[in-house]
Amino acid sequence: MKKLLALLLALCMVFALCACGTTTPTEPQEPSEPASGNPVVKIGIFEPASGDNGAGGKQETLGVQYANSVCPTVEIAGTTYDVELVAVDNESSNDKAPSAASTLVNAGVSIVLGSYGSSVAIAGGPTFEAAGIPVMGITCTNPQVTEGNGYYFRICFLDPFQGTVLANYAYNELGVTKAYCLSKLGDDYSGGLVKYFVEAFEGLGGECVEETFPDGNSDFTSYVANAKNADCGVFYSPVSIEAAQLIIDQVVAQGATFPLLAGDTWDSNVILQAAKGKDVSITVTTFYPEGANPEFDAGCKEWINADPKNLANNNGDDTISAVTAMGYDAYFVALEAMKAAGSIEPADVMAALWNVQYDGVSGHIAFDSVNGDAIRNTAFVKQANTADGTWTALPEVTIG
Amino acid sequence: MEFIQNNLTYILSGISVGGQYALIAIGYTMVYGILRLINFAHGDVFMIAGLMMVYLSTWVPLYISIPLVIILTVLLGFLIERVAYKPLRSAPRMSIMISAIGVSYLLQNCALYFTGGLAKIYPQLPWLSNTVTIWGATTKIVTLVTPIITIVLVVLLVLLIKYTKVGMAMRAVSRDFETSQLMGIKINTVISVTFVIGSFLAAGGSLLYFTNYASVTPTSGAMPGLKCFVAAVFGGIGSIPGAVIGAFIIGICENIIKGLGWTTFSDAFTFALLIIILLVKPTGLFGEKSTDKV
Amino acid sequence: MEAAKKKEVLFTVLAIAALLIVLIVLEQVLPTTHILFTVLRKGAIYALVAVSMNLLNGFTGLFSLGQAGFMLIGAYTYAIFTMPTAVKLSDSVYKYYDCAIHFDMPLIPALLCAGIAAAIFAALIGLPVLRLKSDYLAIATLGFAEIMRAIFQWDTLGPVTNGANVLRKYIDLTSIKLPFSDKPFPPTLFVFLVAGICIAVIMLLINSSYGRAFKAIRDDEIAAEAMGINLFKHKEMSFVISSFFAGIGGALLAMFQYTVQAAQFKSAMTYEILLIVVIGGIGSVTGSCISSFLFIACSEWWLRFLDEAKYNLPGMNILRSGFRKVVFSVIIMVIVLFFSKGIMGDRELSWKRIGAFFKDPFGLKRKKKLAAEAEVSGNG
Repeated sequence: MKKLLALLLALCMVFALCACGTTTPTEPQEPSEPASGNPVVKIGIFEPASGDNGAGGKQETLGVQYANSVCPTVEIAGTTYDVELVAVDNESSNDKAPSAASTLVNAGVSIVLGSYGSSVAIAGGPTFEAAGIPVMGITCTNPQVTEGNGYYFRICFLDPFQGTVLANYAYNELGVTKAYCLSKLGDDYSGGLVKYFVEAFEGLGGECVEETFPDGNSDFTSYVANAKNADCGVFYSPVSIEAAQLIIDQVVAQGATFPLLAGDTWDSNVILQAAKGKDVSITVTTFYPEGANPEFDAGCKEWINADPKNLANNNGDDTISAVTAMGYDAYFVALEAMKAAGSIEPADVMAALWNVQYDGVSGHIAFDSVNGDAIRNTAFVKQANTADGTWTALPEVTIG
Repeated sequence: MEFIQNNLTYILSGISVGGQYALIAIGYTMVYGILRLINFAHGDVFMIAGLMMVYLSTWVPLYISIPLVIILTVLLGFLIERVAYKPLRSAPRMSIMISAIGVSYLLQNCALYFTGGLAKIYPQLPWLSNTVTIWGATTKIVTLVTPIITIVLVVLLVLLIKYTKVGMAMRAVSRDFETSQLMGIKINTVISVTFVIGSFLAAGGSLLYFTNYASVTPTSGAMPGLKCFVAAVFGGIGSIPGAVIGAFIIGICENIIKGLGWTTFSDAFTFALLIIILLVKPTGLFGEKSTDKV
Repeated sequence: MEAAKKKEVLFTVLAIAALLIVLIVLEQVLPTTHILFTVLRKGAIYALVAVSMNLLNGFTGLFSLGQAGFMLIGAYTYAIFTMPTAVKLSDSVYKYYDCAIHFDMPLIPALLCAGIAAAIFAALIGLPVLRLKSDYLAIATLGFAEIMRAIFQWDTLGPVTNGANVLRKYIDLTSIKLPFSDKPFPPTLFVFLVAGICIAVIMLLINSSYGRAFKAIRDDEIAAEAMGINLFKHKEMSFVISSFFAGIGGALLAMFQYTVQAAQFKSAMTYEILLIVVIGGIGSVTGSCISSFLFIACSEWWLRFLDEAKYNLPGMNILRSGFRKVVFSVIIMVIVLFFSKGIMGDRELSWKRIGAFFKDPFGLKRKKKLAAEAEVSGNG
């Protein structure tokens, strides 16, 4: 019996080695011929579908998928291509990122979109760089994602900008002088946002209390109590959605009166559901406020509602998250780049990306020539309306 | 007075977490006492109980879903023992422990598959989820109720073990596996009963825990599970009062550490405490000294 | 040396050489980012770590779950030591801290340092912890790994460890150069060479008199002590050596994944390695190696198709993200329950065994022979 197992394992190993030995990315496995008979261009989606950032990753992926359903073909240099999305789950984990990235490289994609969560983007970046495939970050806001990696672009604003906006908002609009800042230990995203917030807030003359919580923590009682005891006027916690639910719950349970302030991650219907009917004030900065482009909103809602799978991935309702809108824009920027390149070769797409300009639903998108970061100086501010579970748009903030 | 007001939240939260840990820790300590197995899957059983509640409560009213969750969790614990541990009874200790890790892996991945990796919001239980203010500290009612429920359950359990036939059998098996078998005790029944009790308490613990921290993810059970095992070792593994006291100590210390601002070390502290107690008193606070026999 | 044994050694050397040549050729033919290489590299790294864990759990009988902690130390030591000073002083990695370490070193010394750092920590921890028995040792080492993780994320140590933030821009697999030239060293080959040398050293150790002492301790502590084996000394030695190689494994992992962050070295990582050891067979070096490649390939490559909805039969929605992991954990459970000795048990792969395997692939003849023997003895 055991020998049978060993033999099976050995056989399957040999088989797989043969299988991969014969196919290389330059000659794609089985040129898949769809009904239309068009050639296929592949766009990779490098997003988490599990782990800490699973919820956000799925919503971002939805945006790309919706865009694909709106515009499933692209005309490049006179030929009409069918666009195929290749999604891979990077599990929100640094050590799974390289193999997830090489899976995409193997699939022969022309350009990659993602990832939600800056740490994974940083970890996956070098693999794409080595393969010469351009990547476009959709909502990874940490500066280190694109810094020193010529192949990484992004269409969103950066942490220093977002942190400063939030600090200004807290100091000027809310009028508080003491802020409580909570980040997750070992998370580049929340850590970065807190650092830049503290820098800006203290620069304005405010005072900050900084704390971190470890991975897997679900007891936020003490953190909220610490903030209360320190007489902080605002609770700034740009952490993942999973932790956000618990924080909101705990703030309500302890009857804390300070407003909650967070970055783009909290712009999600998960937060609205957690806060609905509760006495809590939540303000977030974001890339796209629902309602800014009614046509997109209506189309996207219809698409999400049409398929229970999409509805489940969007956490059960049809509120459109900013990351979904960003995913939608990213897809079209990718198509623009391929059109401009006139080719589906990654190297050509890469060369064309620098000069791509696109007016998306989230605003005008163009890349700077240093790191390939988006040139953006506007952040939208939203406040949760806890009575009916929707977002209320506040005046947008522009810096610089 | 102000000092109490400021710090009562930490103490209350500590006692409540301690109570929830205690319910899980008993499952660890009883299984270890009888099988000498660190049941790594126990924390995940606790998590699954939480997830079942999330899904069931959308279908049936609470007065049905709560008993149903408890019954299903007990069934799950029973099944795990029958499928994953019983066949390995004569295998080396390491194999059965690996099996426990395997089950834990499987439960987590199943949860991941069914939830799609999204955190699920735990349903609000009437009354328990309400907030209440005592001496200026606002908290959920469940925080106050937890220690009471815990203590009642523990007293019942101790009575069960002391005065019933099955309890006597459990004590005998944990003292000497082979001899009790020779004495006509049905080992498999006793072990199943142990798992049933452990899972029952885990289900109860999950009700209280997730009412307090209302979000369930596939990994929600991992850290509490590990900490509860630490609590069981801390109190002296195999001893039920030991596990309960260990759990309360760990719950309270954890919150005090966070209150002092050492948030980075709140988890690490638990383990540091464990290593220290193991070095000073290798069998834990209430553990019995075992002697090497050749 | 006997002729037969000589022949066997020769065969082994030839096989290894052939393997390396195949690898070199493959690296020239396929692009370096091919998923095959990613899996091979990670497989080799995990093989090294699994063998180092096996030395402790399988050969010395010390049930330790601290492997992730030692890998963490190795990875950080390596990353910090090889990051060029210019990078450290600029704010591209140490964004929020001023780096306190103002030197860097080349690859090989840094690899050794990674191992030594892990070994030093192991020696310090071993002093108290190794006096504990079985499960207590397991839970104490597990706890230690968690403590290590918290310390490396501590803000106060930020100038050294960059707090909880990622370290990057150190010498990774793509930036190794062939000696005396500017050509890149084939990355997969490098991992195989380092891991192979380390595993060979561990094998030599296991076959030495120390190795026999380890096994004696595993089989019966009291008897071993009665035979004059210094229990504590040998346990500590095994612990330190195992951690040394876990540290090097951690450093290789850092090279492999381009970034290091303490948050990833959770206890789940240790469990993964433990599963590899058990699937390969507790007490078998070759088993650990084989199972680590299989484990990594299954979890990161071959089973990925299970996550893709397009392979679903019409009307079914079984295949979706996460299904791969369910299938994988079921496979693991089946192995643990029905093949609890793992692929190799406590034996090693040898030419004799391979030969026997092909003569009698399903063990039918052996079973028949055993049955016949039983009958004979029954009659007698």
